Amino acid sequence: MSVLVDKSTKLVCQGLTGKSGSFHANQMLEYGTNLIGGVSPGKGGTNWKANSGDEKPIWNTVKEAVAAGANASVVFVPPPFAADAILESIEAGIKLIVTITEWIPVKDMLEVKHALKYNDAVLIGPNCPGIITPGECKIGIMPGFIHKPGTVGVVSRSGTMTYEAVNQTTQVGLGQSTCIGIGGDPVKGLDFIDCLKLFQDDPNTKQILMLGEIGGDSEERACEFIKNHVTKPVAGFIAGTHAPEGKRLGHAGAIVQGSCGTAKAKLEAMASAGITIAENTNDLGNAVLRASGK
Amino acid sequence: MKVHEYQSKQILKKYNAPLLQGIPCTTAEEVEKAAEKFGRSVVKSQIYAGGRGKGTVYNEPELKTVSLDGGVKLASSPQEAREYAECMLGKYLQTVQTGNEGKQVNTIYIEDCCNIESEYYFSILLDRSVAAPMVMVSTEGGMDIEEVAEESPEKIFKLHFNPLTGLADHQARLLAYQLGLKGGQIRNFIKTAKILVKAYLDTDSDLLEVNPLVLTTEDDFMVLDSKMTFDDNALYRHPEIAKLRDKSEEDPAEVEAIDNNLAFVKLEGNIGCMVNGAGLAMATVDAVSIFGKEFNAAPANFLDVGGGANAEKVKLAFRIILNDPSVDAILVNIFGGIMKCDVIAEGVLQAVREMELHIPLIVRLAGTNVEEGKKMIAESGLKVIAAEDLPDGCLKAAKAAAEYRKGAK
Repeated sequence: MSVLVDKSTKLVCQGLTGKSGSFHANQMLEYGTNLIGGVSPGKGGTNWKANSGDEKPIWNTVKEAVAAGANASVVFVPPPFAADAILESIEAGIKLIVTITEWIPVKDMLEVKHALKYNDAVLIGPNCPGIITPGECKIGIMPGFIHKPGTVGVVSRSGTMTYEAVNQTTQVGLGQSTCIGIGGDPVKGLDFIDCLKLFQDDPNTKQILMLGEIGGDSEERACEFIKNHVTKPVAGFIAGTHAPEGKRLGHAGAIVQGSCGTAKAKLEAMASAGITIAENTNDLGNAVLRASGK
Repeated sequence: MKVHEYQSKQILKKYNAPLLQGIPCTTAEEVEKAAEKFGRSVVKSQIYAGGRGKGTVYNEPELKTVSLDGGVKLASSPQEAREYAECMLGKYLQTVQTGNEGKQVNTIYIEDCCNIESEYYFSILLDRSVAAPMVMVSTEGGMDIEEVAEESPEKIFKLHFNPLTGLADHQARLLAYQLGLKGGQIRNFIKTAKILVKAYLDTDSDLLEVNPLVLTTEDDFMVLDSKMTFDDNALYRHPEIAKLRDKSEEDPAEVEAIDNNLAFVKLEGNIGCMVNGAGLAMATVDAVSIFGKEFNAAPANFLDVGGGANAEKVKLAFRIILNDPSVDAILVNIFGGIMKCDVIAEGVLQAVREMELHIPLIVRLAGTNVEEGKKMIAESGLKVIAAEDLPDGCLKAAKAAAEYRKGAK
């Protein structure tokens, strides 16, 4: 058992023939992900050659990829065309769409969100590292080898913070059940609450680590949810406690406006939901141990 | 991206939004000439920050002597408009939003007057919690909306609309009734609200704020003050808006960073930070603030170098950090994932050699091949301090910065 992805996941890569699509497709294949091919309009009918020498088919449309068995897609398409690529996957019947592309216009993502309302597809991202079930399937750009099959479900708004968390939960001997990077954009697919639900219901996940940051109110809403629906031990961290107001710190979503989205409000919400708060980026693994009474 | 008030009005004008006549000017002579067209006019200094009317204009950037009380003035004659302009142009306007510094006034917008019956607040923005755009209106026009939200939230009305179809008539009508409008006022409000929503959606704006939106004694609505910001990610499809970017309003280091696709924000402290990943960069700023405190150290910047940190990128980042004379030490915090630590260490060392870095450099590496990376730094013979973890890196950076400052004096 795991969350969203496992050995049965058949992945198609949108933008496989591009520079980063190609690089990370190789990394995913090396990790053992079942990548069945790619979509690059205009290049359909050709083959993409992996570093291992294996060849994968390229299709013009996601529809053809679905006909070939794809049930998940990863999007490496450049920002002006990325939302359209997501919409194509939704319409073709892909059930899990992981969007790595960053700098997608907000309005485009609003249109994607609108389409998702009428569909049961799950979107992760955009502007995220992706999702991994260690030892089974990696969809995204995270360094696979720092992960270890285990019990911590990790959900995070930031990439490198997730890697820190993974590294430390591996070092303290717990390992990870599934790690989901939900991304740093203001309009995105899965949010904290969606992931918390999945982790709560997943028998392999014994502890949850939630890495938030300033901006928006999704951590606060997640804490409300944890209070009422999550029985597993939860540890948390908030980045941006010392950020200046009104400045966008890298992530488009990480901006404090007035009283909304402050680190203080988020930390208070975490404390009141009984979450064990990591004191700094060094304390992530130990915070999970403390949360589970170890 | 931000634009000036007069620029946002030039954009809204294309959508036939109800606006008073106005003329942007850069000299006192132009101001006088423009004001002659109106008789009575409003003299508005153009800076990116809000709260201009209640701000103070100072003669020098250090904000020592007051030139004028208020950055927006009503002038009863062209001569008076000119006098106000002379007190504003080239001077420094400090408002609640500019913090401890002032923004130099380079442009003045001269605008006609109208007969105000009442003032409203109107804005369009993204509601992240439901991922939909929304209109927010209030009967408390001209006030700071955050104050209204705190003191009388019942006077604020919010309404989400479909980003694909825009604001529907019935939605605008609902807002009009909530604001207590009557008869012809309602018709005019619906028309204005729909125009503003269309402008917001068409231009990929992420905030359109009209405060106040005034109702004239003739029952017309008028956009009196407007503020628009735009989604940076969508500027590629609005070259005419991208062109309006006023680099003189921005920190030069931030401009260089943006031009090179680096996320950089200038802060007030003395420890330059170079980190990969926005979340980790934020956490590093936090850690420097916390652990550096006892040595009076604080972060000088937020800087995310992105995924790969090769020598070119590190050099660029160092150059941007060193633009700031208050930086006494640089802390590098990198989690090596697919880009391995030994490769990153090589990039950092190469940058140090080529740039002849004169201030202390502290490097914290973690992740793939971390031992190899640390070894390379230790054996390089360069004055690079290796840190065990982030708290250790912050402490070492703070101490090294304090020693460097002492030595420099």
